[in-house]
Amino acid sequence: METRIYEEIEQRRSSVKPINDRIKRLREESIKSKERISVERAKLITDFYKYKAPKNVSYPVLRALAFKYVMENCTLPVEEGQLIVGIRGTGPKEVPTYPEICVHTLEDLQTLATRKNMPFQVDDETRSTYEKEVIPFWQGQAMRDLIFENMSQDWKDAYEAGIWTEFMEQRAPGHTSGGGKIFKTGVLDIKQKIREQMQKLSVSDPEYFEKCEELKAMNIAADAILIYANRYSQKLRDLADNETDDERKKELIEMAKICEKVPAHAPETFWEALQHYWFIHVGITYETNPWDSFTPGRLDQHIYKFFCTDMASGRLTREKAKELLQAFWLKFNNQPSVPKVKITAEESFTYNDFSKINIGGLKTDGSNAVNDLSYLILEVLDEMRTLQPNTAVLLSDKNPDEFLVKALQVLSPGFGEPPLFNYDRIILRMLRQGKTLEDARESGVSGCVETGALGKEAYILTGYLNLPKILEITLNCGFDPRTGKRIGIETKEPANFEELCDSFVKQLKHFLDIKMRGNDVIETLYAKYLPVPFLSLWIEDCVENAKDYNAGGTRYNTQYIQLVGFGTVSDCLASIKWNVFDKQMFSYPDLMKALKSNFEGYEYMRQVFLNKTPKFGNDDDYADSIAKKLVDQIVLMVESYPVTPVRKASRRCYFLPTTVHVYFGSVTGATPDGRKAGMPVSEGISPVQGADRKGIAAVFRSVCKCDWDKTGGALLNQKLTPDLVKKKDNLEKLGKLIRTYFRMGGHHVQFNVVSSELLREAQKRPTDFEDLMVRVAGYSDYFVSLPKGLQDEIVARTEQGEF
Amino acid sequence: MSGLIFNIQRFAIHDGPGIRTTIFMKGCPLSCWWCHNPEGICPSVELMWTRYKCIHCQSCVDICPNRALSFDEDRLMLDRTRCTFCGKCAQICPTTALKVVGKWVEEEDIFREIEKDMMYFDQSDGGVTFSGGEPLLQTDFLLQVLPKIKSHQIHVAIDTSGYTTKEDLEKILPYVDLFLYDLKMVDRAKHKENTGVENDIIKENLRSLISKKKHVIIRIPVIPGVNDSKSDTDEFIVFLKSLNDDIEVNLLPYHDVSEKYEALWKKTRNAITKDLDEAVLRIKNKLQMNGLKVKIGG
Repeated sequence: METRIYEEIEQRRSSVKPINDRIKRLREESIKSKERISVERAKLITDFYKYKAPKNVSYPVLRALAFKYVMENCTLPVEEGQLIVGIRGTGPKEVPTYPEICVHTLEDLQTLATRKNMPFQVDDETRSTYEKEVIPFWQGQAMRDLIFENMSQDWKDAYEAGIWTEFMEQRAPGHTSGGGKIFKTGVLDIKQKIREQMQKLSVSDPEYFEKCEELKAMNIAADAILIYANRYSQKLRDLADNETDDERKKELIEMAKICEKVPAHAPETFWEALQHYWFIHVGITYETNPWDSFTPGRLDQHIYKFFCTDMASGRLTREKAKELLQAFWLKFNNQPSVPKVKITAEESFTYNDFSKINIGGLKTDGSNAVNDLSYLILEVLDEMRTLQPNTAVLLSDKNPDEFLVKALQVLSPGFGEPPLFNYDRIILRMLRQGKTLEDARESGVSGCVETGALGKEAYILTGYLNLPKILEITLNCGFDPRTGKRIGIETKEPANFEELCDSFVKQLKHFLDIKMRGNDVIETLYAKYLPVPFLSLWIEDCVENAKDYNAGGTRYNTQYIQLVGFGTVSDCLASIKWNVFDKQMFSYPDLMKALKSNFEGYEYMRQVFLNKTPKFGNDDDYADSIAKKLVDQIVLMVESYPVTPVRKASRRCYFLPTTVHVYFGSVTGATPDGRKAGMPVSEGISPVQGADRKGIAAVFRSVCKCDWDKTGGALLNQKLTPDLVKKKDNLEKLGKLIRTYFRMGGHHVQFNVVSSELLREAQKRPTDFEDLMVRVAGYSDYFVSLPKGLQDEIVARTEQGEF
Repeated sequence: MSGLIFNIQRFAIHDGPGIRTTIFMKGCPLSCWWCHNPEGICPSVELMWTRYKCIHCQSCVDICPNRALSFDEDRLMLDRTRCTFCGKCAQICPTTALKVVGKWVEEEDIFREIEKDMMYFDQSDGGVTFSGGEPLLQTDFLLQVLPKIKSHQIHVAIDTSGYTTKEDLEKILPYVDLFLYDLKMVDRAKHKENTGVENDIIKENLRSLISKKKHVIIRIPVIPGVNDSKSDTDEFIVFLKSLNDDIEVNLLPYHDVSEKYEALWKKTRNAITKDLDEAVLRIKNKLQMNGLKVKIGG
């Protein structure tokens, strides 16, 4: 192996340095534990619905009772040496299933257990419980079945053709984050509030019954978490009684006391705050399998008060705070993403559950929010280097350069974290969507790049839309060339570029109409059949409105569609305009023949498309102006739909892919940008892999010509050679470059600091590189466990050796 | 009037402070065999063929009106006596394997490119660098471009071999904030042998810049077997110390760019690089011990 690669991998490995032996041990345990399916929840839920569920209760109350049953009966594992308790299943990396949402078949379980990438261990007990109890009870009854039953044929056709994916078919809505409320409120406070709301309800309210039931359900869900915490407290005392090590014994007693206090009461110390949040996190992720699990949001803001008080009183040292944060970090890493199958697995192929800890940004009063804790959290990230949790650096003009450079230092060993967000523009987005300035300043990012008013908004993602496929259907006048089926509307062969754009817009509208109708039905189904009274306790103003999170109870409601293949489609349009209509290098029929034959016999044409055609990402106005117009048109079209029926949510756009660009590519034939059939399409708003040849700042210039302020978030990936970020003055220059990018209107950027040589070496000898973490989309993952197509796509991204 | 350039590299970070746009001017009076930009030496338009990009589609051979191109197995051959550099071959090449290097541009063309990056300059205290080739070979063109750039308060650096007339140097002086001044070796005969020219004027111009208190950074390309011996280093030290006690020096280690020479159908030598890193460090330490400010890389 070349020394350069060796040095690169050494630099990565040496950057992992947990604060002490305890954390080191816990980290090892967490990293080494294999992802496993825990049948416990499925069994409890099935038992509950079969034997315990009272007849004639409302859905909210039924769901609350089901949740309570789980919290009363689940196992209470304590990782040896942990300082924070609560975890799903019976130990690290176990993942429960949610048969009421998606019931896995025996074949699904087999696939999960045996697939090469991202497998989940499935034991015999799980298999037999599924076979005898879970499947017979839930088959045909799960939300997933209900959703597919209620989708129209044209929806199903488009879904099967790979025009879109559906987020809610295997996982519940979620897409929200904790805000300040969580850290200021105890469960007993909320119970009090519920009582007050109950008294305020008037029978003259046409929704009286629904509201009443929802409040009852919330109250039961609140009790459920208290039961869970009490059980833990007792368990910790039992452990303390049997503990021989005096230090640990003291610790266990302290932990037991903490569990007696939180989440019943609002936390008052740093340790209590972390435990308090974690109970809620586990509760929310036990109640359903919400997308992006849950997240504490802007942690450096929420727990800074406790940090200061504890430091001042001498209760806490910086080291102890770091130890607690690192212990907290591992709690996230021990809860992998729920097992997904089929298309949902393809669109989000990872163990990462996207919990995202935000740091930096502004305070509610508009001043700089960066504090000691922001730096401490960066250090924790730097030393831990685990798959989860994810982070987000919110960078405002008002934040000091020191903070940015520190973040870039953490980024430089190449694990892909943290990504950087333009906080001033996030606020602008929130204001555009009608949030108050104060709420906008408490906003942040969850998932990959999804912005929202944290703790106050349900910003629900509904699925990815395959833009290149829609162009393919356009070029084929409404037919899908892969199946020969007509799934689009009939459009004619374009005589000029304007006609082509017109037809594309018409096809897009056609598919969006179908997708939006589907979204409305799915929203209604979740609102009615799968309320989430526990999550509703924590997102404002569900309790005040006596309305469920899934039924529009939150202060702000939005619904998103995620556009994919933006770079590919821009380049395709630019290519047709340039080569067919402007320069008339090739005729339209020849182009169609070349695409049909996957460029067999048309290599000259393909090379012209690849090398001699204007492309997005090179600061070339010819291509960039097409990209800009595309963003404007798509956003305008999506936002033109009326608010959703139940949640009254406005319709918005994100540009992000997770891993779906590989799946979308696999169902899309050859494209006019020179891409061969089946190859991945572009991801996020990044230029097509390898098409950006003018350096990173040309990419920034191109990207910033588009108006991202009217989207909810736009993901940009850049790959840097490790040499580039070795020296501090280069990091400072990179910092300046990012500042300029943000000044020009960039929303987000994240970096893979990795050489293609290293990635290729890892592909050859995967077992030697199991710890090699890289940036995929809005998250990082272990490179060798990614599917081959995704690995190749990451290798193909342009490596920027100069800024 | 127009100037001949062969590249504009945006967002360079090694050619002066901050983030920079570097304009590479074509044509150089020196002919150092290790030159990293051999396509910048010849003061006229040339063709360049990159072997790995070629798909051997024969389009270039077929389109050439003068039959100057042919394939010798998989290698494209150029008959210079026939080629008129009309560029048709490069235009039809689908992969950019065949490229025309060298483009005549007007001052507005240059400024239009620079304008795109002004936000980056502002934020990073960067600016524009003229490199080459030898930018001062086209002093008249520079004199058209530079006043306009300076009128926008943009930082200007010139990367020069110093081989130019006193008068030309004098003329551009008011518009230049930083000279990146190449110094290949101190010994006159050796300089002539390796670069094709003597270095008296180079040294003289350098002294003149320093006496005028211009900001100068000395750039020494470290070429194995040419200027990396102990005596070379000693000579550098004596010379540099005679200029100014705290002058800044950048050491630029040699890179093998023989592929570029091949692409230009030119021959060059290859230096032996196995001890290069060590030599660079040794020179750095020695220079530092003598009180000079030294950095490896630009």
